[in-house]
Amino acid sequence: MFGKLSWDAIPFHEPVAMGGVAGMVLAGILVLGGITYFKQWGYLYREWFTSVDHKKLGVMYIVLALVMLLRGFADALMMRAQQSIANGGNEGFLHPDHYNQVFTAHGVIMIFFMAMPFMVGLMNIVVPLQIGARDVAFPFVNSLSFWLTFAGAMLVNASLAVGEFARTGWLAYPPLSELAYSPGVGVDYYIWALQISGLGTLLTGVNFFVTIVKMRAPGMTWMRLPIFTWTALCTNMLIIFAFPILTVTLAMLGADRYLGMHFFTNDGGGNPMMYVNLIWAWGHPEVYILILPAFGVFSEITSTFSSKKLFGYTSMVYATIAITVLSFMVWLHHFFTMGSGANVNAFFGISTMIISIPTGVKIFNWMFTMYRGRVRMTTPMLWTIGFIITFVIGGMTGVLLAVPGADFLLHNSLFLIAHFHNVIIGGVLFGYLAGMTYWFPKAFGFRLHEGLGKVAFWCWLVGFYVAFMPLYVLGFMGMTRRMQHYQNDAWQAWLILAAVGGLIIAAGIGAMVLQLAYSVWKREELRDVTGDPWGGRTLEWLTDSPPAFYNFAHTPVVHTLDALAFMKERGNVHSRERYTDIHMPRNTAVGLIMGLLSIALGFGLIWHIWWLAILAFVGMIGSFIVRSFDDDVDYYVPAAEVERIENARHLAMANQG
Amino acid sequence: MAALLSGCHLSVLDPKGQVAADEKSLIITATLLMLVVVIPVILLTLYFAWKYRESNTEATYTPDWSYSHRIEAVVWAVPIVIILVLGTITWKSTHELDPYKPLESSVKPITIQVVSLDWKWLFIYPDQHIATINEIQFPANTPVNFRITSDTVMNVFFIPQLGSQIYAMAGMQTQVNLIADTPGTYDGLSANFSGAGFPDMKFTATASSQADFDAWVAKVKASPNKLGLDNYNDLAKPSQKDPVKYFSNVEPVLYAAVLDKYMDKSSGLKLADKFCLPKVVASVEATNKDRAEK
Repeated sequence: MFGKLSWDAIPFHEPVAMGGVAGMVLAGILVLGGITYFKQWGYLYREWFTSVDHKKLGVMYIVLALVMLLRGFADALMMRAQQSIANGGNEGFLHPDHYNQVFTAHGVIMIFFMAMPFMVGLMNIVVPLQIGARDVAFPFVNSLSFWLTFAGAMLVNASLAVGEFARTGWLAYPPLSELAYSPGVGVDYYIWALQISGLGTLLTGVNFFVTIVKMRAPGMTWMRLPIFTWTALCTNMLIIFAFPILTVTLAMLGADRYLGMHFFTNDGGGNPMMYVNLIWAWGHPEVYILILPAFGVFSEITSTFSSKKLFGYTSMVYATIAITVLSFMVWLHHFFTMGSGANVNAFFGISTMIISIPTGVKIFNWMFTMYRGRVRMTTPMLWTIGFIITFVIGGMTGVLLAVPGADFLLHNSLFLIAHFHNVIIGGVLFGYLAGMTYWFPKAFGFRLHEGLGKVAFWCWLVGFYVAFMPLYVLGFMGMTRRMQHYQNDAWQAWLILAAVGGLIIAAGIGAMVLQLAYSVWKREELRDVTGDPWGGRTLEWLTDSPPAFYNFAHTPVVHTLDALAFMKERGNVHSRERYTDIHMPRNTAVGLIMGLLSIALGFGLIWHIWWLAILAFVGMIGSFIVRSFDDDVDYYVPAAEVERIENARHLAMANQG
Repeated sequence: MAALLSGCHLSVLDPKGQVAADEKSLIITATLLMLVVVIPVILLTLYFAWKYRESNTEATYTPDWSYSHRIEAVVWAVPIVIILVLGTITWKSTHELDPYKPLESSVKPITIQVVSLDWKWLFIYPDQHIATINEIQFPANTPVNFRITSDTVMNVFFIPQLGSQIYAMAGMQTQVNLIADTPGTYDGLSANFSGAGFPDMKFTATASSQADFDAWVAKVKASPNKLGLDNYNDLAKPSQKDPVKYFSNVEPVLYAAVLDKYMDKSSGLKLADKFCLPKVVASVEATNKDRAEK
C-alpha cells in the first residue's frame, strides 16, 4: 500500500535532523495557524495562489527563495560548525550519513530553490514592466511554473522529515548515485525534486523568451531594450537550450535506478563519464543563467544611481550575447582531471578564459558609468560596488582554475569552493539582493529601510570575506571538499575563522529580516506615491507603485533607449488621454492544483507508492485537459474602471506633490 | 597576509617534485598576470565611486555621456591582451604538464598500479609482484608511472606535494606521471567524495633512496599475505580506516582483471563469479593485442 514507506523512514534517531524537522513543523504551524486565525485563506487563495499576475507570481517566487535561503544557510552553518570541531579523533556532532546529506542539500537548495526562484522572481516583477507589457505571453503557464518550482522545494524539505536526502554532492555523480552505491530514497528525492522544478524552469524560459520577443511596446527595437531585459532574454535562451539536457540526464539516471538500465552504471556497458559530461553541459550554462540577470541588475542600478546613461550599452549587449554563446563551449573545465588529452584540456581552458573578456568589458563599463556621474550611495549601489570588487577577485581565481596545469593541483579542493562561492555570493546573490532592494518599492509601494539595509550589506560583505578567504588558504593547504572530519591542526584554525565569517553573514541575514519587518511596520513613512522613487530611466518606473494589475493604462510608445528618461526630458510622462477597455487574463486554480498534484506524483515515485503516482499523474493531465477546454480565460476591464483607478492615482500624486 | 600564510603548512605550494614545482610556478605566473588588471580595477572602482559621489558637486557631471571610442577600445583591448598571453601560457603548459606524458629522466620509471576501493587504496607493483594497502614507497628522482582505476565509485588519486591529481574510474584506466626530488613521506588522499568512508581514504607516499626502497620491497615480500583472484573480493568489501597492509605475492593479471571486470560486454565475466583464470588471461591478451594493432 505505501511502497517503501514505513515508520522507519522518520529519522527519530537523528537528534539534529529531528530538531530541524521540529523547527520546520513549528514554523509551518505558526504560519498556517496565523493565516487561519486572521481568516486570510480566502484572500490568499483568490489574490495570490490562483493569481496569474506576473507581479504577484514574482513576489511569491522571491518569498520562496528567501525561505529556502534560510534553509540552505542553516545547512551552511551546520557544515561550518562540524568542520570547526571535527579534528583529530573528534567526529563532531554530525554523523557522516547526515553530514553528507547536509552538503548535498545545501548545494541543491541554494542553486535550484534559492538562486533560481530569486532570479525568476525578479524577472517576473520587472521584465513585463520594462517592455511595457500587461503580463507575460502565457500567464497560466507562468502560474504553473511557479507551483512546479514550489513542488520541487517542498519535496526537498520533505526529505528532511521522511526518509533521507542524497549523500552524493549536489550534482549526484554516478556511480555513487546509482542503486548499487545509494540504495536509499535520497537520490530519488533529488531526481524528482529537480525533474518537477526543472519542468517549471523550462516553461518559464519559453514563456519569457516569447514575452520579450513578441510583447515589447511599440518602438522598442532590440537596441532600445533595457539592459536587464537583454540579460533576461539571454538567460531564457540558455534555459531553453540547457534545461532539456538536465531533464534527459536525470531521466537516464532515473531509468538506471527504476528500470534497471545501464546508462551510467559501472557494469552492463554503462559510462559514468557520460553523465559527468551531460550534467556539466547543463551545469555550466546554468552558472550564466544565474549571473547574467545579476549583471543586468547591476547595470540598471549603476546607471540609475549615477544619474547617468549606462556607458557602452552596445558593448554591454554584445558582451552579454558573447557570454551566452561561449557558456556552452566550456563545460569540460569542470573535469580537466579526468584524463582528457592535452589538446582537449587546452581548448577548454582557453575557451573558458575567453569568457573573461566580455565579462571584463562589463566591469569596465560599470566603472565608466560611475565616471562623471553623481553617485548616490544607496543600499543597491553599495551592493554593486561590493560586487565589482568581490567579483573581480572571484573571476581571477576562476581564470586561474581554467588553466589546466593549475587545476591539476586545485581541483576539488576548498580553493574551488572558495572560488564559486566568491562568484555566486559576490556576483549572483549580491545582484539579487541589490535588485530586491531596488525594485521593492515598485512591487509594494514603499521602500526598504536604508539604515538596516546598509547594516545587512556590511555584514554580508565582511562575513563573506571572513568566511571564504580562509577557504582559499585551506585549498593551498591541501584540504579537499566534503570532509566530515580530518586530522590536521593547522586546518582547524582557518576553519574556525571561516565559521566566524558564517556567523557574521548570519547577522547580515538577521538584519535583512529585521529590515523587512521594520519597513512593513513603517511603511507609511517609506511610502512612494510617485512610482519612481530613484529617478529611474526605464518603463517600470512609469507605472504606479505597486502597478495597477494591468500595469499600463496606455501602452507606452518608445522612441529611444531609456524610454522613461526621454519622456521626462520632454515633460510628457503621464498621458491622460481617453482610456480604453483592457484585455486581461482571468485567475485560475489549475496551476496550483497541478503543482500540488505534482508533489503527490513525486512522493509516490520516490517511495514506490505506484497508485498515488498514477492517480496524481492522471489528475495533473486531467486538469490540464479540462483547462484547455475552458474558453472563459480572459475578460475586459471596462474603460470606466481604468479611469477610476488612474484618477485615484493622480489624485494621490497631486496630494503628495 | 603574507606573514599569516608563511606561518602555516601550504602543502600545495610546497612542492617536492618537478610536476608540482612547475604547477606552482604556473599558478604564481598566472596570478601575477591577472593582478596587473585586477588591482587597477579595484582601485579605480573605489576612486570613481568616491570622486563622483553625489555630495561632490565640484566633480564634472555629464549625464548624457555614454560612449567613447578610445575607452571602448581600451576596455576590450586590455582583457584581450591579457588572455592572449595567458592563453599562450595555457596551451604550452597544458601540453608540458599532460599527466600522461612520460617525464624526462635518465632513470627507468617505476610502475605502480592503483585501484581505489571502498574506502582504501590498493597499490600493485607489477614488476616487484607485491601489493599494499594505503602505503607506497618509491625511489626519489625516479619517475613513477601510476596507472589508475577504480573498483567502486569515482575517486581522485592525489599526492598534493608531488603534483597533478587524476580521477580513478571503474572500467577505465587513467595515468599520471610524478617524480619526487626530495626524499620524504608525503600525504596522499582521495580528492573526490566517494561516500561514507571518504574522509579517511588516505595513504602515505614515501620517496626514499634506492637502498631504502629495496629494503622496503624486501619487507613487503616477507609478508605472509597473498593477493589472488580468490581473496581479492574480500579485500574489496567496504571498510574504513584500514591499516597499512602488505601482500608478498600478487596474481599478475589482477589489475587487468579489475579493469576488465566492467569492460566485458558479452560473457558477463565478473570477479564476483567463480573465476576461470584462462578466460581472464585470454581476454586481457586479446585486448592488449587489439591495442597493439591499433
